[in-house]
Amino acid sequence: MSPPAVVEIEQVSFGYDATRRVLHDVTLRMPQGKVYAIMGQSGCGKTTLLRMIGGALHPDSGTARVLGADIASLETAELYALRRRMGMLFQFGALFTDLSVYDNVAFPLREHTNLPAAVINDLVLLKLEAVGLRGAANLKPSELSGGMARRVALARAIALDPKLIMYDEPFTALDPISLGVVARLIRRLNDSLGATSIVVTHDVAETLPFVDHVFFMADGRVVAEGPPGEVERADVPFVTQFVQGNVDGAVPFHFPAPGYRADLGLEAKV
Amino acid sequence: MNRATIDIWVGAFVAAGLAGLLFLALKVGNMASFSLDKTYDVQAKFANIGGLKPRAAIKSAGVVVGRVSNIQFDNDSYQAIVTFTLDSRYKFPKDTSAKILTSGLLGEQYVGLEAGGDQKLLAGGDSVRLTQSAVVLENLISQFLFNKAAEDKEAKDKK
Amino acid sequence: MAGLREPVQRLGHSMTERILRLGFASRFFAYMLLHSGTAFRRFHLTIREIYFAGVLSLIIILVSGMFVGMVLALQGYETLQRYGSSEALGILVALSLVRELGPVVAGLLFASRAGSAITAEIGLMKATEQIAAMEMMAVDPIARVVAPRFWAGVISMPLLAALFSAMGIFGGYLVGVQLIGVDEGAFWSQMQASVDVRNDILNGVIKSVVFGVAVTWIAVFEGYDAQPTAEGVSSATTRTVVTSSLAILALDFVLTALMFTGGTK
Repeated sequence: MSPPAVVEIEQVSFGYDATRRVLHDVTLRMPQGKVYAIMGQSGCGKTTLLRMIGGALHPDSGTARVLGADIASLETAELYALRRRMGMLFQFGALFTDLSVYDNVAFPLREHTNLPAAVINDLVLLKLEAVGLRGAANLKPSELSGGMARRVALARAIALDPKLIMYDEPFTALDPISLGVVARLIRRLNDSLGATSIVVTHDVAETLPFVDHVFFMADGRVVAEGPPGEVERADVPFVTQFVQGNVDGAVPFHFPAPGYRADLGLEAKV
Repeated sequence: MNRATIDIWVGAFVAAGLAGLLFLALKVGNMASFSLDKTYDVQAKFANIGGLKPRAAIKSAGVVVGRVSNIQFDNDSYQAIVTFTLDSRYKFPKDTSAKILTSGLLGEQYVGLEAGGDQKLLAGGDSVRLTQSAVVLENLISQFLFNKAAEDKEAKDKK
Repeated sequence: MAGLREPVQRLGHSMTERILRLGFASRFFAYMLLHSGTAFRRFHLTIREIYFAGVLSLIIILVSGMFVGMVLALQGYETLQRYGSSEALGILVALSLVRELGPVVAGLLFASRAGSAITAEIGLMKATEQIAAMEMMAVDPIARVVAPRFWAGVISMPLLAALFSAMGIFGGYLVGVQLIGVDEGAFWSQMQASVDVRNDILNGVIKSVVFGVAVTWIAVFEGYDAQPTAEGVSSATTRTVVTSSLAILALDFVLTALMFTGGTK
């Protein structure tokens, strides 16, 4: 009996408007306890999928179940209750700029619990210690480097000990040291909290080493999935080009254009 | 900016704002009209109200005792019916006269009440019998010219 | 004839878009009012916004008020003394300020200073995903971020308008009595005799509350609805100032017509 699935996406299609279909008949299943990566090019639908898992979007067709609940059927109050069991790290941290690091991490605790200030204090310092930034508690977000801001946002995302943690492109614009730190934190926090993590990224080298299962997406479809070792070697042209970083392949180098000679005026345009 | 500092500033701001409002209400405006004193209404008919407007003052001996609340035209008597709302503190005899006067030479028009000698007092709903209409400038001028012409004629006749 | 079709279509399209936006803005307004509980139960949130919207606008309001009052006195004296009515200067300054200039000019200044700041702040929060982050943390951003700013604006506006009028009258006094030499006693007594608390001052306060609602509603809505980019935020800020100013002037006309011309029945 496989562990209960935290996320179950079944034949989901979605488009932001009638002309732009972003997800085509996507099916995937994420059992509990593992770290998943959703990889693909910009615009392949991975961020859309993440937002749908977070309950911000409803599928046009198919069902999306998160932590046992069908997100399309939830009322606002139920959705908010569901979100309290989730944590999300946004691409650049999305820290509240008018609050200090301490207040940022304390925010979910103060909003959703009635814990006394002393207990909140302990929890905040605990979370900050876990990401290595307990000493930065009194700084403002504007005084932090990109990597530090990301880590504070991570501390905030796990403030309520969520069961599902989502990461939207967590490695963007980070230096190699910070990259290593964030990657290690994602793995460690997932295991110590007994949670499930979903990392949306296109950073192959940094991600494949520490995740349990990878989903490759292209054009709103899942083209390959499996443990990192297997899926790298999958016989799917897109995956090969993506993993190896080849210039041309399943994804062409040239944007569709009329003939070159014709454009230069050397021939009649066809 | 910690919370205590912000609270102090906001408190000061609100206090200053209310002080400003108070200043306006007390030093700039007159509170008399804001008093919720009891009033009673009395009516009067005028042949010509001139430039009298609602909310115009009603004064007796120069002191404001009420305000004009309504001005209507009576189609039967072809006169103006003016409703006075008087402060209940001030009672006037039934034979009080009401005149429409002008403050200053070209100022606003107001109603002047001169008390009569009657024992009985005006009550709500009563009418003021004795009224004098506003002075209309054109009539004044034509009267002046008419008198002047009459004087000249007399002087000429005497010769 | 066919050449007219496209511009007319575009006009119709932009009109429908505007009406759609107005509908959305109204729904937003209703939602915000219904979810204002947080703004009052945790009043320190609103107090903080009163500081940023009201207290920080004090300097410009007080200084402008003073100057407006001084100019009123100068210009007013010019004209009044030609008819020998220079003693009515107090009335002129006080009524102009309390009935019109106080609420309107203070409203315009508030829109440009505080309104644009609110729009920029909320728009920036949207652009840096802070609003989305709040939603993901199961906190309603409209209740937590928007409503306190709205109520702060509504509370601050009448106070600022009153201070503007008060400063203006003081400025008028300085120029009229101290500088020009109008009789001090006449200045104040004539003013007090003619300015009615219920009809003039109260109406002025009502105007400033209405302006406060309009300006702050526009400011928070434009911020919340801004495109999450740098240009989006900047154009939202501009829209706030322009739309608020037009709204103030239009509402001023409507309110003045309702309040101050009742005498011609």
